[in-house]
Amino acid sequence: MPPDHRIDDYVDPYTPEHRNGGPLRVGLGGPVGSGKTALAAALCRTLGAEYDLAVVTNDIYTTEDADFLRRNAVLPDDRIEAVQTGCCPHTAIRDDITANLDAVELLESRHPGLELVFVESGGDNLTASFSYGLVDVQVFVVDVAGGDKVPRKGGPGVTASDLLVVNKTDLAPLVGADLGVMRRDSDAVRGDRPTLLISLREDPAATEVAEWVREQVRARALQTAP
Amino acid sequence: MTAALLTLADSRLPAGGHTHSGGVEQAIAAGVLADPGSLAVFLRRRLATSGAVAAGLAAAACRAVDDADPVAALGALDAEADARTPSPALRAASRQQGRGLVRVGSRAWPHPAWAALPAQPHHPLALGVAAATGGLTPRDAAHAAAYLSISGPATAAQRLLAMDPITVAAVTARLAPEVDEVADASAEDLPAATDPLLDLLAELHAARNDRFFAS
Ligand SMILES: Nc1nc2c(ncn2[C@@H]2O[C@H](COP(=O)(O)OP(=O)(O)OP(=O)(O)O)[C@@H](O)[C@H]2O)c(=O)[nH]1
Ligand SMILES: [Mg+2]
Repeated sequence: MPPDHRIDDYVDPYTPEHRNGGPLRVGLGGPVGSGKTALAAALCRTLGAEYDLAVVTNDIYTTEDADFLRRNAVLPDDRIEAVQTGCCPHTAIRDDITANLDAVELLESRHPGLELVFVESGGDNLTASFSYGLVDVQVFVVDVAGGDKVPRKGGPGVTASDLLVVNKTDLAPLVGADLGVMRRDSDAVRGDRPTLLISLREDPAATEVAEWVREQVRARALQTAP
Repeated sequence: MTAALLTLADSRLPAGGHTHSGGVEQAIAAGVLADPGSLAVFLRRRLATSGAVAAGLAAAACRAVDDADPVAALGALDAEADARTPSPALRAASRQQGRGLVRVGSRAWPHPAWAALPAQPHHPLALGVAAATGGLTPRDAAHAAAYLSISGPATAAQRLLAMDPITVAAVTARLAPEVDEVADASAEDLPAATDPLLDLLAELHAARNDRFFAS
């Protein structure tokens, strides 16, 4: 006979601390083409010497992003895992994170000293967001080329992500986007949560985002310290 | 204990099932699945073979939880599952889904039986243990396995072909009597039906780089 599995006896074992340290998991989400892979590549280049790191990609059509990271030799092959998302990249990062957890755990077992894992979502829409069962913090990447209305449109990625990145500021004059409007609208819906306006074209090191990631690694180290 | 059974068979249970098409993605590529009629044929064929095998194994695994030596009993069933699954791609897919179900099942219904399973158990074994730890019977486990053998693939077909979801629901609903039949017939037994077509589709699928589904 099974033990009593009543709800009153349920103690949730899931907290970041219960993962016994383990790497900081950072979600990189956002609409198609906004620069998620470019940002992952930049962060790997900038932080690769500081941290033991790895990347999980969630392409709609499997390995395009993983192949890009490999081709550009940002990371060795055995530090990149591509996940199949069953035609539904959104489900794979939020509603049923099994395949992504498998990928992260595979990377952790392959590289026991892993300190940082980036999980790039497939290009989705403004309603996409990561489950905090999968990642510790999440970055939502939108771009200027989508129009300066994007932050105003909102959605959980824009309003609730831990960091909002507005990428491709170099394109603002070409598409007639007003960066001041984007900054103001973002701040209005995000409260204290930070927003960075960047151009990976002009700063391929993603300096400010990398600094934010460093802060997150430090914060998590404090949180999980014995 | 019906609610626990519904939980196990619910496609929203986050055990990774949504990333597996059960051969549907490759069947579409091969041109053997294209519309509601061929979907029904495919699902019925799958139910009669891998569905029956999964139902038998799930029921046996549910029983094995009460065995004097559950580790040995579940280990033996894992070998039986391998023997009934000649395609390496299908073995991998089954173990991947088994692992996913252990993750969610053991959180919902903690029990020593989870630790008695092999590291990455075949999916029907995890399902049997989930049923037992959720207070269900071997027959319930067989029903969940038989149902899951068609529900996930049906959803995959709906997504890949942009089929009318209401049509797809109607097709699966009309297979319900056959699902029950297969489950009842398999619950006391370990059927060994195989389908070379499903094996071949799985192997071809695993070799592709351009796929949406893990299997
Ligand atoms: N002008 C400009 N182009 C950029 C910038 N950042 C990225 N790009 C380009 O934008 C395109 C899309 O970038 P990706 O990094 O592939 O975008 P993604 O969000 O990963 O795309 P998906 O994974 O397909 O959703 C590429 O051609 C990049 O070179 C930028 O700051 N400025
Ligand atoms: Mg990308």
